[in-house]
Amino acid sequence: MPETRELTMAEAVREAMAEEMRRDPRVFICGEDIAEAGTVFKVLTGLVDEFGTERVLDTPISEAGFTGIAVGAAMTGMRPIVDIMFGDFSTLVMDQMVNQAAKVHYMSGGKWKVPMVMRATLGATRRSAAQHSQSLHAWFCHIPGLKVALPSTPYDAKGLLKSAIRDDNPVVFFEDKMMYKLKGSVPAEDYTIPFGVADVKREGTDITIVATSSMVQVALGAAQMLEEHDISAEVIDPRTVWPLDEKALIASAKKTSRVIVVDEGYGRYGVTAEIASVIAEGAFFDLEAPVKRIGAMHVPIPFSPPLEDATVPNEQTVFEAAKALCGR
Amino acid sequence: MTTAVDRPKTQSEIEAQQWLHMYRRMVMIRLFEEQVNDLYTRALMPGLAHLYIGEEAVAVGVCAALEPADYITSTHRGHGHCLAKGAALDRMFAELLGKEAGYCKGKGGSMHIADPDTGNLGANAIVGGSAGIATGAALSAKRLKTGQVAVCFFGDGALGQGLLYEVMNMASLWKLPVIYVCENNLYNEYTHNSETAAGDMLTRAVAFGLPALTVDGQDVRAVYQMAKAIVDRTRLGAGPTFLLCNTYRFMGHHVGDINREYYRSKQEEQMWKTERDPIHLLSDWMISQNLADRARFDQIRSEVKSEVEKAVQFAIAAPYPAPDKADQDVYA
Ligand SMILES: Cc1ncc(C[n+]2csc(CCOP(=O)(O)OP(=O)(O)O)c2C)c(N)n1
Ligand SMILES: [Mg+2]
Repeated sequence: MPETRELTMAEAVREAMAEEMRRDPRVFICGEDIAEAGTVFKVLTGLVDEFGTERVLDTPISEAGFTGIAVGAAMTGMRPIVDIMFGDFSTLVMDQMVNQAAKVHYMSGGKWKVPMVMRATLGATRRSAAQHSQSLHAWFCHIPGLKVALPSTPYDAKGLLKSAIRDDNPVVFFEDKMMYKLKGSVPAEDYTIPFGVADVKREGTDITIVATSSMVQVALGAAQMLEEHDISAEVIDPRTVWPLDEKALIASAKKTSRVIVVDEGYGRYGVTAEIASVIAEGAFFDLEAPVKRIGAMHVPIPFSPPLEDATVPNEQTVFEAAKALCGR
Repeated sequence: MTTAVDRPKTQSEIEAQQWLHMYRRMVMIRLFEEQVNDLYTRALMPGLAHLYIGEEAVAVGVCAALEPADYITSTHRGHGHCLAKGAALDRMFAELLGKEAGYCKGKGGSMHIADPDTGNLGANAIVGGSAGIATGAALSAKRLKTGQVAVCFFGDGALGQGLLYEVMNMASLWKLPVIYVCENNLYNEYTHNSETAAGDMLTRAVAFGLPALTVDGQDVRAVYQMAKAIVDRTRLGAGPTFLLCNTYRFMGHHVGDINREYYRSKQEEQMWKTERDPIHLLSDWMISQNLADRARFDQIRSEVKSEVEKAVQFAIAAPYPAPDKADQDVYA
């Protein structure tokens, strides 16, 4: 039997980067407080000891600047990983990601490539208020030329990040900062997970819950509660929201005939909207009910705990929505 | 027989060749741009274009100091940079006309010419948008020890963009082989830079520890000599430099900017065109130094003219890309 270990999400992410840096000298990481400090979430702790400060490159607080530098470095022979401490700061790198990284290949008629990864965090409930709690991944899904990965387990995080680093395109990789301590089994040997392949996290027959990133654990918790009410829920995680495994999502919807889509980003014009529409188009005649979307409440994330908790989907909200959808 | 008498002559012949080469490049850019204006007027070119006429000495002087493998990034006013770095006339025209044979298969157009073969990382329609890319290319050159340098061309308008200051800071901290070449043509679109850039331009770079130099951007010899000195020390590891080139665009902000008197006077334009034309400044100087005669310049001009005409005919005749190519090249 192949060896597996229990790793936290943070350890899995770190291991992916360390292994890829050992494998390929062109890979380097840049960002704020990543070297000695190992990032504010301690995800990179120890990497600088092995790879030195040239490859674990501490930058000034200049998100646009170092992201732009990464684009140029990627075009000219390096494979940079950009560390954006809080996904909220994506706003500062938008020109570099959207107008530069995403378009270089196309605008040059396929001549230049931008093999880079932008890692960022998402997720609320850290009592960090409106500028440190958002889940802005949907913004990047809107842009042709970018790929967007949303791992929900240590196993997926490691395999997807390795694929991201080996990809010749700019990949945006969002990690839920509340999940860094989540444990899961991770094989010791090298593996990658291809993009655009969904994973059924739990099989079921009565209802499909499509969940991403932080919401996968919530969906699994809700599925447990539903089981106690004799409702069998399938939980499926697309793992990358672009490319999107439309076939697997539609197949699951056809099988169960009822679907909830849950994602921590804002629902309006968001990931849930897109997935719901894919399923509505692809499985319409097999559906017993309209596809239900659940996302963050459409407000800036509030600071006060009872307020903040009310804005994020939780097991109870997903459970109740599922029960209602099943007519119970 | 002493060679002491001959040597300066040989030396000056070599120099004359070099200046004539730069003369040819400047004329090539000038005639290319005149042709672009003509294509626009005849409604043969989709969209608009920003002409480089009047500023030729900057691109030509700087690029003459570069090796083919060195990198450049360019701007919305980028045709001159691309041609100076070695782009071919026919594929340039083809790209401007949106043809399959263009540098970017018609997907980029006037503001996005890119060409790995000449080290051109791409022109950029975001003002200041390529400052990160040029600096990143310099980071690669340093890490991979290739000995390349990167030149970032940008206009005085880009001095308003924060990205530039972020990357100059990092380039200085990390001693990256990048040269920031600011083409100060006095205007950001239709606004004089006295209304957009406060304080002194050079001291902005000085604040980050970059050597900051100014040169007469109409004098290709001065630009070249200054650029050569900077490129040489950059290649040896001296870190980034900021070079301010004072210049002027003779035409409108873009080909459709015809009536300009509301933002700059005809006298001002006339003064630059008659007294500060980089092409005439070079030929007049060479004639005064007995390095070439008028006939030589006329000959170059007519040679370039027929090259340009051939290239534009090629582009006009070239086919458009098939519509089913629209969704290709999105991902590598
Ligand atoms: C970020 C951004 N803002 C605004 C524009 C619109 N725009 C195009 S060119 C230009 C003026 C640029 O002036 P300058 O940098 O001096 O270059 P020049 O045209 O004089 O060569 C502006 C404002 C743009 N392209 N990008
Ligand atoms: Mg200007």
